[in-house]
Amino acid sequence: MIRLMVALTLTASPVFADEIWVSNEKDDTISVIDVETLEVIKTYPTGERPRGITFSKDYSRLYICASDSDTVQVMDPNTGEILFELPSGEDPEQFVLHPDNRHLYIANEDDAITTVVDTETRKVVAQIDVGIEPEGMAVSPDGKIAITTSETTNMAHWIDTSTQQLFANTLVDSRPRHAEFAKEGSELWVSSEIGGTITVFSVADQSEIAKIDFEVTGVHPDRVQPVGFEFTTGDTHAFVALGPSNHVAVVNAETYEVEDYILVGRRVWHMDFNADRSQLFTTNGVSGDVTVIDVASRKPVKTIKVGRFPWGAAFRPTDQSGG
Amino acid sequence: MRLIYAMLAGWLSASTAMAELTLDIRYLLIEQPRPPTLSNLDPLPESLGVDGAQVGLQDNITTGRFLGHNYTLELARVADGDDPIAAAQQALSETAFVLIDGPAEALTAIADLPQANGAILLNVAAPDAALRSDDCRANVLHTVSSMAMRTDALAQFFVTKRWDDLVMIAGTHADDVAYANAMQRSLQKFGLELGAQKTWAFDADMRRNAAQEVPLFTQEFGDYDALIVADELGDFGRYILYNTWQARPIVGSEGLAAATWAPVVEQWGAVQLQNRFTDEFGRDMAPKDYAAWAAVRALGEAVTRTNSADAATLRSYMLSDQFELAGFKGRPLTFRAWNGQLRQPIPLVHPRALVAQAPLEGFLHQRTELDTLGLDEPESNCTEFAQ
Repeated sequence: MIRLMVALTLTASPVFADEIWVSNEKDDTISVIDVETLEVIKTYPTGERPRGITFSKDYSRLYICASDSDTVQVMDPNTGEILFELPSGEDPEQFVLHPDNRHLYIANEDDAITTVVDTETRKVVAQIDVGIEPEGMAVSPDGKIAITTSETTNMAHWIDTSTQQLFANTLVDSRPRHAEFAKEGSELWVSSEIGGTITVFSVADQSEIAKIDFEVTGVHPDRVQPVGFEFTTGDTHAFVALGPSNHVAVVNAETYEVEDYILVGRRVWHMDFNADRSQLFTTNGVSGDVTVIDVASRKPVKTIKVGRFPWGAAFRPTDQSGG
Repeated sequence: MRLIYAMLAGWLSASTAMAELTLDIRYLLIEQPRPPTLSNLDPLPESLGVDGAQVGLQDNITTGRFLGHNYTLELARVADGDDPIAAAQQALSETAFVLIDGPAEALTAIADLPQANGAILLNVAAPDAALRSDDCRANVLHTVSSMAMRTDALAQFFVTKRWDDLVMIAGTHADDVAYANAMQRSLQKFGLELGAQKTWAFDADMRRNAAQEVPLFTQEFGDYDALIVADELGDFGRYILYNTWQARPIVGSEGLAAATWAPVVEQWGAVQLQNRFTDEFGRDMAPKDYAAWAAVRALGEAVTRTNSADAATLRSYMLSDQFELAGFKGRPLTFRAWNGQLRQPIPLVHPRALVAQAPLEGFLHQRTELDTLGLDEPESNCTEFAQ
């Protein structure tokens, strides 16, 4: 009798809190963090060397770049079961899901190729020759432009998604790692790890609008290496992971000035926000943990141990099935 | 004179239509005699260095495709005993961009040729300190690390580990003597002192009796923290490990070694370069391969950024603050403006893993910690770059 009542109470209130999913590159696992308790609640095995991860638009599927397995795995996030694998080209590192919720644009790091995969037919739609070591992937909000950045060629390659052809190639500083569209697709931001900068392009004509430099007190400029970044609500600010400098920079997206540096774990790499973007979760590769940052106060509030070399992070709301 | 020219990249360049600019690179390989060694376990690949240049070329071509830039690479091989000068003259009559894989004497002789005036010669093999100091040349840039950079890296490690009681065994080959001298200089630079030093002049076949010889040979050292082995040819050093009288770490040419590059370097995206190399050539990427890769990539990076194939334009860009090469070592690589040496971190490795990467933490420098390795500006007598 008592047991039954407990069960009823549990079902009545939300059982699941929102989650942050983290890929552990050297553990071949995914850690699931409960956003309420800030604890790891599940760990799922994946293919070899999971890096980029992203959810389908309805959060019913998780796509995983299993780089050393040369495949993109599709996981049921409710069970952790691998449902099937997608052809991905060799060594998929990062990808981006097109707004049509159907096409994945995948960077094949070892092959200087961007592969476009239809997740419904599970077939490769196109392969596009890009520069050496493609990594950063982005797609414009209207879905018309996809971007691949190539680490050794040092370019952002602009792909017309209607033809799957390159229509522009723009040079950036050394080792571009990550790309994001901002301000309703009018700007493209590209981080350069070794160059130590973020280049901001006008999407209309691919011209350079701004270049953002970083400077962390007590850290040699060579070790201040921007990698992953994400925008706050309304794209007013960008939070930028600065790799081995162990800091996250807060950049004002209007003035392109850096306003703050936040100390996090070692070799901070990628990140994602919670639902209302009040909390940011950064993956710290070397220290094997996730730092939780309070966005309003710009302070780290907690460190959560995950697997070895956490790489990607992706948010999953509780209310994922439209319910 | 026997010259073998091999087209390395014809098929790649052919596919690049519309090239508006082409940079031709020569790889001048001056074969050097190698004395026999006790073991033949690790034969040297025929195309050591050349393969690295080839990967650099492919990297350049892929990038150049988007910019209308094309690159070619040709190998000129000078057999041991043949005259490298004639081969160099031939190469310099065709292009101003020549990688030189040869001894220091040949390198300076080539640099002094009238045809080399205004050229960019890239040293991918000679580690001599003199080439970065008294014997420097304004038209020579060095992408291979100097021996001094490597011994400085190890000396930093000794300081960090507080291994201050050090002894050394050195071979008799000129390279071994040079290594021993470089090590002495590095120890002094970092406030260390060498205890005893012994010369290895055995001519016995150590595959049979190392276990008997080495304990006795090292017994005289008494106690110490680490044993430095100067055996740059890989002759006797491999038989020292685990055979010493005292159970102590071996460092230097064997055991823990400082290298321009090693197959165990995997951080900072290095796996990608290692994979590109191994997929193509079916072997591990060696230090000389890395130096040659960096030489070709440095030229490519300068062409990409300046949109020029003019030697003077490229040289001034390469020596400027704007230049930076992403060399898979965790930080940008740049050239020292006073002697043309490529600044680079030095991995400290054993055959199975990276142990540390110099400059080590705590070794500071007003310009960049990378300048704690090798000849810093006040330590170099080079004045050729001043103008």
